[in-house]
Order: sequence, then C-alpha cells, then structure tokens
Amino acid sequence: MSGQTPLGYLAAAGERAQAIVPLTWFVLSVSILVCVVIAVLLWVALRRGRASAEAVEIRAVAVGRAPHALRWIGVGLALSAVPLVVTLVWTMVTLAATAGPPPDVGLVLDVTGHQWWWEVHYDAARPDQGFTTANELHIPVNTRVLVRLRGADVIHSFWVPKLAGKTDTIPGQTNLAWLQASVPGRYLGQCTEYCGWQHAHMALEVVAESPQNFQRWRAAQLQPAEQPLGETEQRGRRLVEFRCGLCHEVRGTLAASRVGPDLTHLKSRRLIGAGVLPNTAGALSGWIEAAQGIKPGCQMPNQSLTAQQLADVVAYLETLQ
Amino acid sequence: MNRGEDRTPALGSVSPALEQRLQELWEGEGGLKGVLSTVDHKKIGLRYIVTAFVFLLLGGIEALIMRLQLAGPDLRLLGPEQYDQLFSTHGMTMIFLYAGPVLSGFSNYLWPLMLGTRDMAFPRVNALSYWIYLAAGIFVYVGFLGGNGPNDGWFNYVPYANRDYSPGMGEDFYALGMVLLGTSTTLGAANFIVTAMRTRAPGMSINRVPILLWGTLTANVANLLVVPAVSLAFFLLWMDRQFGTHFFDVRAGGQPLLWQHLFWIFGHPWVYAIVLPAMAFVSDGLPVFCRRPLVGYPLVALSTVATMILGFGVWVHHMFATGLPALGMSFFSAASIAIVVPSAVAVFSWLATIWHGRPVVTTAFMFFASTIILFVLGGVSGFMTASVPVDWQLTDTYFVVAHLHYVLIGINVFPVVGALYFWFPKMTGRLLDERLGRWNFWLMFIGFNVGFLPMHLTGLLGMPRRVYTYGPDMGWNTLNLVTSIGAFILAVGIVLLLVNVLKSRRGGAPAGANPWDAHTLEWSIPSPPPPYNFAVIPAVASRHPLWEGYLDEELRSSLDRGLLLDQAKESLGTSPLDALPDMILRMPEDTVAPFVLTIGLGVLFAGLIAKSWGLALVGGIVLTAALVVWLWPRRELREREAVRG
Repeated sequence: MSGQTPLGYLAAAGERAQAIVPLTWFVLSVSILVCVVIAVLLWVALRRGRASAEAVEIRAVAVGRAPHALRWIGVGLALSAVPLVVTLVWTMVTLAATAGPPPDVGLVLDVTGHQWWWEVHYDAARPDQGFTTANELHIPVNTRVLVRLRGADVIHSFWVPKLAGKTDTIPGQTNLAWLQASVPGRYLGQCTEYCGWQHAHMALEVVAESPQNFQRWRAAQLQPAEQPLGETEQRGRRLVEFRCGLCHEVRGTLAASRVGPDLTHLKSRRLIGAGVLPNTAGALSGWIEAAQGIKPGCQMPNQSLTAQQLADVVAYLETLQ
Repeated sequence: MNRGEDRTPALGSVSPALEQRLQELWEGEGGLKGVLSTVDHKKIGLRYIVTAFVFLLLGGIEALIMRLQLAGPDLRLLGPEQYDQLFSTHGMTMIFLYAGPVLSGFSNYLWPLMLGTRDMAFPRVNALSYWIYLAAGIFVYVGFLGGNGPNDGWFNYVPYANRDYSPGMGEDFYALGMVLLGTSTTLGAANFIVTAMRTRAPGMSINRVPILLWGTLTANVANLLVVPAVSLAFFLLWMDRQFGTHFFDVRAGGQPLLWQHLFWIFGHPWVYAIVLPAMAFVSDGLPVFCRRPLVGYPLVALSTVATMILGFGVWVHHMFATGLPALGMSFFSAASIAIVVPSAVAVFSWLATIWHGRPVVTTAFMFFASTIILFVLGGVSGFMTASVPVDWQLTDTYFVVAHLHYVLIGINVFPVVGALYFWFPKMTGRLLDERLGRWNFWLMFIGFNVGFLPMHLTGLLGMPRRVYTYGPDMGWNTLNLVTSIGAFILAVGIVLLLVNVLKSRRGGAPAGANPWDAHTLEWSIPSPPPPYNFAVIPAVASRHPLWEGYLDEELRSSLDRGLLLDQAKESLGTSPLDALPDMILRMPEDTVAPFVLTIGLGVLFAGLIAKSWGLALVGGIVLTAALVVWLWPRRELREREAVRG
C-alpha cells in the first residue's frame, strides 16, 4: 500500500485526482492565510484599544463613535473578492476538465455497491470476454477507465482518493466516473456514503499494473475454476457447492448464485471481506466460522462447520487461484 | 394579537401606582396551573433555553461516548448499531433540538424587551410552539431510550431509511417527531415575523432595530418557507414505511434523490437559520463592550438578509457527488463561493468595532470576540467545500465534520454562551461569576480547538465520516486520540458553565438594571423584568436609546414617559416599517388551551406511531376540543377596523 496514509488524497497518483490537487492546495493556502490574517488583526485590535487591565468598571469607559471605520468593510470585501474570483474561475476550469467522461476510454467497468462489498464487472464486446469479480479491480496504467456506478440496495459512494474523487452509487440510476493511474501500485478505496452497520468496512483495492500484466490477469480471471485433484479439496468443493453456493458463484462448479462476491479466483485477491482481513488460510477459516464477529451485521452468516469440513472448504478455496 | 378599544391611549409617566396596577393585570397565577397556562414570553423563552441546554448536554454525552470509541483504532466499546444510533441521535439532537430552539428561546425572551413591547404578537401561539417542541423532543427520545433511535444520520437518506433496510421503529419515531417539531417551528416563525412587523415601540423604525431582530426575522422567514419541505419529506417517508407508498421506492420508480433535494432545500437554509441569530448576539453584544456602536449597521443588516437569499441557492453543495450534471452544479458552486461575501461583512464589521473601540474584557466579550476567529475558521472550510472538484475529495470525510462543528459550535454555541453571560443578569438579576467565567471560556476554547482543528487534517488524510471504527494503519490514530482529549476538555468547560449558572442564580452579585451600561431597551427596565415589561410604552428616537447622551444624538428617546395602556392587558400595535402607533392590542389571558392542545397532539402522534387508530382518534378529539375553546369568539378580543388618521 502506498504511503503511510492510504486514503490521503493530497498525494495523487492519477490525472483525475492530480487535476484537483493544485486547486485544493490553493484554497487551503488561501484559507489558512485568511485565518492567520484575521487572527492577527483580532489580536492587535484587542491589544491596541484595550481599556487598561482587568476588572475595569465598564461605565468608566465612555462610549464614542468610530469615524471612518466603514472602510474596513470596503477594503475587506475588495481583498476577499480576489481569491474568491480566482477560485471560482479555477473551479469551473477544473470541473470542466474532470467532470465528464473523457473521450478516449480504454476500459469500461461496471461497479455496483452492495451492503457491504463491491461487485466489479469487466465489460466486453463479446459476452464471453466479460467477467465478474469483487472488491479488487485491476486497471492498466496510463489508461482512462470509465466506471459505470450502480447501487444494489442503498446508496454507497465509490472513492479511490489517490485516483479520483467520490461518486455515489445510487439505486435506480447509473452514475459515471472515471479513473486513470499514472503510477503502478495498489490504491485503497472506501465507501464514503453512510450505508449501514458495516459502512466502516467497505473497502476496495485498485491495482494499477502494466498493460501486459493486466492482460495476463484478465485472461486468468476469464478462466473457470480449476478442477481440484486431491480428495480433501474435492470434499471441500462439494461443501462449497451446496453451502456457499447459496450466495456465491464459483464459475465451473454448481455454485452459481450472485448474492455475494464471486469466488472463482478468490485467492488472486489480496484481502477478503471487503478489506477486513488478509487473504490467508487462517483468516479465511476465521471469516467462514465467525464473519459476524469480525464484521457484525454483514450478510455472511457464521457457518457452523465441523473442524474437518472447515479444513476441507479452506483447502478447496485455496485452490481458487 | 387582537385589536381592542377604539380609544386614544393616554400619555403618562412611570409611577408606583401605575406599576402596581399593571402588576395586577399582568401577573400570572402561581402553582401548577400557572406553570401550565402561562403565556408570558419571558417564562416561555427561559423554558426554551433550559430545555435546549438539556438537549445540548444529552447530545454532548452522546458525542463523548463516540469519542471514546474513536479514541483509538479497532476499539469495541460500541457495536455498529449502537454507534449508528448515537451519531444519528447526536446530530438530530444538536441540530434540531438544541441549535434552533436555543436561539428561539433567546429571541423569545429578548425580542419584546428589545422592541419595547409587552409580549410577543401571539402569546398563546408562543406557548403552543414551546409545548410542541418539548413534546417532539420527548417523542424522539422515548424512541431512542427504548432502543428505537434514528440510525441513518440526521440527514436520513433513503433507501437506507426505507423499511427494507431499516426495520424497527427508529425511523418512524424520527419521521413523526420531525413532523411534530416542524409544526412548532412553523408556528414560532409566524409569531416572530408578526411580532417583528407589528409590535415595535413607536419610533423604532426598521433601521433602528437591534441586529437580533434582523437575524431572527431572517431566520424565521426562511423557516416558514423551507420547514414544509422537510416536514413533507418525513411525512412521505413515513407513508412509504407504513403504508407502502412509493415516493422513495426505487423498485416502483421512486427517487432516492428526491429525498436529498427535499431535505437539503430545507437543510442548508436551516444552517443559516441556526447561525444568523447567534451572529446577531455578537453584533449586538460586542459593541457594548467595545464602547462603540456597531460599525456598518446597515451593511450588517443587509448582509444578514443577503446571506439567507443566497442560502436558498446552495443546497446542492451537499450533493456534489450524486452524479448531477456539471453545468447545474457550477451554479450552486458559484453561489456557495459568493455567500462568503455577506459573511465577510459581519467579520470586518466586528473587527472594526473592536479596532476602533476601547474593549472592556469580560467573559461575554471573550465569547463574542472568539466567535470571530471561529467563524472565519468554519467559513473558510465551507468555502473550500464550495469548489465542486475539491469537494469530491473533501465530502464525507472528517474535514466536513470539522467544518460543520466550527460552524455549529463556533457560530452557535460560543455566541450562545456569550449571550448567556451577557443577558443572564437581565434574566435573573444576578451576574454570572467572572472568575469561573474565564475558566469556562478558556477550557471551552482550548478544548474545542484541540478537538476540532486537527480533525481537518484527519479529513485531509482521508478518514471517512460515520464509521464506527477504523483500522490501525491509516495514519489517523494520534489525530483521533487528540480529538477525543479535546472533546473532554470542551465538556469540562461546559460543566463549569453549568456550575456557574447554578451558583450565580442565587448567589451571584446583584446586577441592577443595566450592568454593562448597554444601549438597547431591555436594559432600561429592572432585572428581572416585571411581567408587563414596560410600565409605559417607550418612544424610540435612535438606534441606541440608552447611549443617546454619550453619542450626543439630536433626538432623544422617551423612556419614562409614554403611552400608558393600563386599562386592561394591553400592548401597542405599530406600522411595519416606520413603527407608527396604529392600534391598541388586547393581549390574551393565561390559558391551558395550548398545553391541552399539545397533549392531544402528543396522544395523536403516539397513536400514529403505535398504529393504534383509537388512540389517535382520542388525541384528535382532545386537540379539536382545545382548539374550539381557544378560538371561541370572545367579546373583549373581537377584531375591529383600525382607526387611522
């Protein structure tokens, strides 16, 4: 993960986020400057006229008029107008440059926000070239990616701060956003519209990689799950088909439900549970047995498996490379 | 407000006999009946203030519990549902049950005293709007304490607020509670507007009124226009939830964004409604301690109104990430940037008043003066979020949480506490303790800034809002710990305020009529004021009736000699702009009708929440009966044509 603050957006890694950074620094600097100037003026004003030390009898200080004081307002407004107008123009220019989808889109993704995970569909001209994955999306560097955003249940917001600002995923409408990464790397994303109990645990990762690596990843994702050879794994697969298959899909098996995340290439992802755990065998076991303890309220029920069953299931899931 | 006798009131001077007569006419009953039937704006105003402070404390406790949870990463003091109900109830409490009503309370108490009249225009409506506010507060807190608090934030977005995603009764309590509260706000708004237009002392033309009149009047005109939008939205939501209508139901063609528009078209003007009167405390209070009239009074008054007019056109800046067309958003962005201008007028006016004045430093002054810098801090962060592309990153992070707390604490709580130090002597006849006051101020000021200044950075480092916990590797740990420490320091400051109030209420130094040598009419009468406020109706000749000697004004106000109006419970009606005497107003006696009406309304809403139609019917009958008694024609209150010429 890049840097100490994975969601910090003042260090951008893509052109859409980068376009906003100078403007953000400008308004931030103007803001800090204004606060400092006003604080100094206030301090000086308090010092210069102060009617002697503490506990002065208020009646002893005569009331008078303040001639020529009105120019404070005139000068103050004139000075304020300059950064306001600059900000206004800069805002409109940046808005025009970043709002609409760019003309040369190299990849189209459909991202759907669910309580509390992200469904990612890679669109293709031929249906058999499209596939669905979850919570980790790969993009080629230096390519503009159009993201069509939908909400499956409630409103979520799609945010990968180092690549782009937020766009909500709203049920009943399709919102458009776009991303571009100039630097290869893993970029953390997070839901930023309050969506219920596990709003806090609704992360995603964007992996920006070279076009060759991206094509290799894409080709791998298109494959159905491999048939396992070992006896343990085969027992595990049967359990997955009959239990996990109620909600999850593993392409090439009987598990074909789309309620939860697609598991066909589960082990190709770095994290599980929309960012709550690393994708290790131990974490997987824990997640399967006690998802409700790790992510209370999530749609994944605790599975009361025997130790043997759990070991079989995890052994099978480990084959889903 | 009713038109009374066709006579010309006599002129007279203040005398003990007159005061005795008025005392008998205006003094309410004692005992429980007196408590339930009073229509005295001073008692109602104080009730508003006390009730709002109780809600401030409740909301504060909720905040502290959340700050414990967020003090470190991955803490499990609270589960997600508890956290969600807490942050939602905290927002609802602070915004709806504290910030608005506390200002209504001060204006209720102060307006008739500042305007030189004897009560609000509609005293019984005034009582009614307080009782309904109390009922709405109790209603939603009954839900919360029973485990049915709102759990979708104060903004309550659909579809999450729909029954599919929020089963249980929390959202129903919230929806109906807000409809109830909307009734109170609307009644109060109408009362404020008529009071401002028709009951000012003769001579107090519209360019001579205290800024508090401009602030509260502007806020209430806005309330009258926008509260129906949110009441409607909540009512439609309740219909969706309970009767299967489809206003917000996506599957039947309903629109989630309809909720957001209805909510924010109310929500943003409401933000100004809960800061403009508080800014007016500063505009009216600061000059007293600076020993100078407010610099640029006409500009401050006009910018108050201008803020609200622009404020009607900025609501979409809460929705920049919802996928609206860029061209449409650019107008709202421009309006949100432009609104800095009228706000800046107030800041420069206050600064100039201090600069050219000879400030006498008191606790009230410190709260008012600190508001200036807190207002600027809250203002510039608002200006940053006004820029659409910048807001795409800032929105829904802790940056916005920091911003809104600088607005709501900086421009509401700080001036409100300042106002309490300033007007407490008028309300009780006792001064608040200044030594405790300094501790109170510095603890609040330091605690608040330690808590909320770093929060801007937390937001710039990407921490999203409304998360019940966060991971340890995000770079937010230290910042959150500091914020939690600051929040507790702020809380200690608030506790000191309570201690000061309780201690000084009986034991404080006697204040006298005008302890600050201030300039507005409320300081010309005893502290606390008698039930009739003014023995004779004063005639006002300038913006600073009590400073005319200092300022060598050519025309002098007449405070000890004026219209008598001592033949019944009467007050004076004047013309809207010039405040020329127009008619004698016959003021109503104390009555339990508003209280009984509220009981009926409460029972009706309890019936609705329980879907017990029998109970709702009983409530409706009580309500109607109270209305009939209230509105029953009475000879002495009959309407007449105004006598002109």
